[in-house]
Amino acid sequence: MNVYTPILVLGILAFGFALFSVTLAGFTGPKRYNRAKLAAYECGIEPTPQPVGGGRFAIKYYLTAMLFIVFDIEIVFLYPWAVAFDQLALFGLIEMVLFIIAVLVVYAYVWRRRGLEWD
Amino acid sequence: MTGSQFGLFGVDPWWLVLLKVVVIFAMLVLLTLFTIWWERRVVSRMQHRIGPNRVGPFGLLQSLMDGFKLALKEEIIPKDVHLAVYWIAPIISATCAFIAFAVIPFGPTVSIFGVQTPLQLTDFPVSVLYVLAIASIGIYGVVLAGWSSGSTYPLLGGLRSSAQMISYEIAMGLSFVAVFLYAGSMSTSAIVAAQQPIWYAVILLPSFLIYATAMVGETNRAPFDLPEAEGELVGGFHTEYSSLKFALFFLAEYINMVTVSALATTLFLGGWIAPWPLSLWEGANQGWWPILWWLIKVQIFIFVFIWLRGTLPRLRYDQFMRFGWKVLIPVSIGWILVVAVARVFRDQVTLDNSRLLIGGAAAIVLLLGVSWLVQWRIDRKAEARQRQEAERAAATFDPMAGGFPVPPMPGQQAALGSRRASSGSTIVQERTDPPPAQEAIDG
Repeated sequence: MNVYTPILVLGILAFGFALFSVTLAGFTGPKRYNRAKLAAYECGIEPTPQPVGGGRFAIKYYLTAMLFIVFDIEIVFLYPWAVAFDQLALFGLIEMVLFIIAVLVVYAYVWRRRGLEWD
Repeated sequence: MTGSQFGLFGVDPWWLVLLKVVVIFAMLVLLTLFTIWWERRVVSRMQHRIGPNRVGPFGLLQSLMDGFKLALKEEIIPKDVHLAVYWIAPIISATCAFIAFAVIPFGPTVSIFGVQTPLQLTDFPVSVLYVLAIASIGIYGVVLAGWSSGSTYPLLGGLRSSAQMISYEIAMGLSFVAVFLYAGSMSTSAIVAAQQPIWYAVILLPSFLIYATAMVGETNRAPFDLPEAEGELVGGFHTEYSSLKFALFFLAEYINMVTVSALATTLFLGGWIAPWPLSLWEGANQGWWPILWWLIKVQIFIFVFIWLRGTLPRLRYDQFMRFGWKVLIPVSIGWILVVAVARVFRDQVTLDNSRLLIGGAAAIVLLLGVSWLVQWRIDRKAEARQRQEAERAAATFDPMAGGFPVPPMPGQQAALGSRRASSGSTIVQERTDPPPAQEAIDG
């Protein structure tokens, strides 16, 4: 048996459970129609009309996602290096320091251009 | 690493795999039910209340009954939702929460009905990376739930949650690097085995602290529970969810709490290996006992989660993001470099007295330089602030700037109006608000 097969089995069980729960509530609960109940919840006031697809939101989230990708790729490079560290030794260390410096230049640039400020 | 280490994984007969899967599934559900009850009881005690104590002994069945009750409640699906995505989001969240647990080791090799098998569902050379990957997919559940609800609060809550989770995932990922460096492996069972003499929480303390901080941010728990900041966003991404769909998000949150605690135990507290006073007893690391040590360690983390919630107020969002990006990330990268350099030096350079002296002197000079630089920056900032304040104080204060009445900034003097001046009352009255009541339980 493959080492990944048990994950699939657990996944099927979890998925089945989730699907069952999501479907079950529609049958067990009562249903009483009420127009106000089906409106989007905004603490009782008339809900803001939502454009189709969620509309526009702040650019900050997009920027955070881009920065995340930069650092996530850095992490993906760091992991194999860390695992093979004892074999690579000094050579690997120097290479990795050069790589981290390259990422830190980007990081300093983003910091300097206030890309990390939220407001 | 692979041959002997993974010899015992992937060879279980099918009935044993099924048994393990069912046991892990049941354990996660039970741990969730227990944790919800435990959290409510502990937070209650911290707030001089009693907490749920009616349903079952000590109120232990409270969360189970809450689940049943949720199933019998009306499921409200608002009319603006994107139906397919709205249905799929809680399924993604719950499924990912369950399967992330597959690689957590909670005991040594034991014999079940005559078959030698490790107490762990499965393991492979990249299992910690697998946990991170599944955690990332779990974020889809949150962001899709917010997006598909067709409502303002869930959309904002979902965006906030995802931004927060990906930001803290970087710090989390970086804190693992030092562990892999020491263990020489990414497999959870190998990492546990590598901590036999001493825990990584001791030798890699900064990594442990960074992980402990990041895991609270990653699971959206207080004091980092900004996605469901009630005062701002109602319920956050699951505002429009009700009945069992809401229960699934709740379940996923608590399972994630258990999983990050279990991962912390595995990577930093030696997994199921008995701690020092217990390890004197020879049978401590054999048979079924290690499950108990593992459970105690995980419960300690969960108690800290609850303790934090009962103690700390919520952070402001910009402070929280600043802390993640400007403190945790540079500190973890610096720490990785320190660990790597120290390890290469330990392996390759023999230390004698003169080298030690030169190295020590260099370190002292470096420290002095850095502290001087920091002090210089602080001084410069303070000077700038003083200058700014002086300028502001000198500027005349217009109480009706832009047509609206505005309060004076620090350092500015409000001109007394004729009516107020004659009656002699103070302009700014100190108001003491009563402390805001702590939330009883998340909605």
